[in-house]
Amino acid sequence: MTPTPVATGPLAIQLDHVSRHYTLGATAIRAVDDVSFSIVGGEFVALLGSSGSGKSTLLNLMAGLDRPTSGAIHAGSRNLAELSSLELARYRRNTVGMVFQSFNLLPRMTLQENVELPLRLAEVDRDERATRVAEALQRVKLDKRTAHRPSELSGGEQQRTAIARALVNRPKILFADEPTGNLDSATGESILNLLIEIKETLGMTIIMVTHERHLAERFATRLAIMGDGKLLSDGAMPRGNQ
Amino acid sequence: MKLRDMTELAVRNLRESILRNSLTTLGVAVGVASLVAMLSLGVGLQQLASSRLTKSGLFDSVFVTPKLNMRGGPPSMASQQGETRLLDEDARQEISKLPNVIEVFPQVRFFSEVRFNDKPFATMVAGMPQSAKASGAFDGMQGNFFSGESADEAILQIDFAKELSTDTASLVGKTLSIRYAERHQLEDGSGGFSIVPKEKELHIIGVVETEPAAGFGGYGNGRLLIPLGAALSLRATQVNDLRDAVRGGPAKPTFASLTVRAKSPSNVDAIEVAVKKMGFGAFSLLDASKSLRIFFSVFDLLLGIFGSLALAVATLGIVNTLVMAILERRREIGVLKALGAADSDVKRLFFIEAGVMGLMGGFGGVLFGWLIGRTLTLATNIYLKRQQLPSVEISSVPWWLVLGAISFAVLVSLIAGLYPASRAAKLNPVEALRYE
Repeated sequence: MTPTPVATGPLAIQLDHVSRHYTLGATAIRAVDDVSFSIVGGEFVALLGSSGSGKSTLLNLMAGLDRPTSGAIHAGSRNLAELSSLELARYRRNTVGMVFQSFNLLPRMTLQENVELPLRLAEVDRDERATRVAEALQRVKLDKRTAHRPSELSGGEQQRTAIARALVNRPKILFADEPTGNLDSATGESILNLLIEIKETLGMTIIMVTHERHLAERFATRLAIMGDGKLLSDGAMPRGNQ
Repeated sequence: MKLRDMTELAVRNLRESILRNSLTTLGVAVGVASLVAMLSLGVGLQQLASSRLTKSGLFDSVFVTPKLNMRGGPPSMASQQGETRLLDEDARQEISKLPNVIEVFPQVRFFSEVRFNDKPFATMVAGMPQSAKASGAFDGMQGNFFSGESADEAILQIDFAKELSTDTASLVGKTLSIRYAERHQLEDGSGGFSIVPKEKELHIIGVVETEPAAGFGGYGNGRLLIPLGAALSLRATQVNDLRDAVRGGPAKPTFASLTVRAKSPSNVDAIEVAVKKMGFGAFSLLDASKSLRIFFSVFDLLLGIFGSLALAVATLGIVNTLVMAILERRREIGVLKALGAADSDVKRLFFIEAGVMGLMGGFGGVLFGWLIGRTLTLATNIYLKRQQLPSVEISSVPWWLVLGAISFAVLVSLIAGLYPASRAAKLNPVEALRYE
């Protein structure tokens, strides 16, 4: 596939012949194999594929959690493949937000403290932290539950908290790895509606890994399908979920 | 992440596994307590020995004799050659003007026959300056110290007192007489003198274990102590009188030796040098004091090493606790990294957790160690009281030990945290997030 964006506009991220290989015992695994494509700012890209297709590995590479074995990942002026671990940490802290299938909230912290964590890492002043946490929780309609712990919330509420945590540092790109995987269909839809709302309001780029094609088709602006580590197809939704 | 936020997070993490972390901290506290208790004993015993020796007057004194010592004396004096100066009142005044000199007093010792209950007892009489009261030798004495510099009073050394009476306490308040040889200068200018037997009555006012700085100068222990002023006024014949007679001429009386008391043992060396430059023989026990300090330094070092063993074991507890914490918090570390925590942030977080355990353990350990020292002192004093001996302080926890022990505990804990912190920092975030 050529690195040609489906939409037009400034590039949010560009992958150029990216591979991620690793060995498991004596077996060499090509989790991502020579993938090239570009994402324009403001897109909602759904990475689809069966289990083991390499979509989560690709997401981790784009989110700066992992490094490619070869190839280049350009985010703005940076090539993530060449960044030091400290620069990658800064990229994760300031440029991207992440939402996981299993929420990954810290169980002993309250909602407020969980959402505040990225701001602490970014060394934001205490006063501003309080304001931004309140804003983020209000955006996901959990501003009345700030003192609760994750265990006191439903799955949907936990995922909304995770979204608030991902948004609080005002990232340019939101990565979501199976955000509806642990939720019932109604709650899953409400979470995706929330993501759409955020994308519209904040002009954010969203890259979501999912295996639920019907949700991807309904909410994403673009579908990229992976199989065996390769990008099998990539294209805008026929009707467009603009 | 800012240090304050990091510390808050670390303390929160420690509170979450409070039992395990408390036990680890207790381990550090026990290690520090062992170290502090050992060193407090070393310091306490050193202070006890130093104060006893300082009070004894041996280590803050310089003993001055004429340069050519007919009697022999210590080798350091016997070998000294050069111009001979008289050790008389002028010399005493001159020496007393040297810097850091508190007082200069002559050693007055003479043979005497004591009469008590009409029985004769031959013994050595020694003059004691009033400053000798500060000597530890008079602590816990029966009766009192001299009321004045020239009082007609006597303090008996206990062995001598036992010769006079089996009930030594009953001697206090009684009277004895001493017979001695008084020196009468001949008026023919020859420098010769005649010896006249004299007798003087003295009130027994106390009984003491031993004479302070006894035997220094080789005149033998004084078994009957009288005020120095009174001893000088007796003009009793002493060993050096023979030398004065041989020297001839209308000389002033000289002293067999002088004792120079310095403000502190650190001044002794300079005074000794100055006195030697003035043309006298001088000798001090400073070298012995240095040896004592070396001995206690080695003693403290050994105690410190033994005390540190427990702390070394405690550090293994910290390593274990933190490694366990990494396993339990693997996913949390992954989340922190996904949210933008750098490897150094994760490392610092575990370092601070180790440091906080070390700090808390250090504080607790100092308190435990101090309590152990107090308990040992209390037990020792109960034993000493039963033996009718004065109480002592055998342990001491000075500020340097408090601060040193806490700092050492934190340092050791940080070293213990090195491996776990480094291991946590190196965790791959993708693998950590996958961890269940």
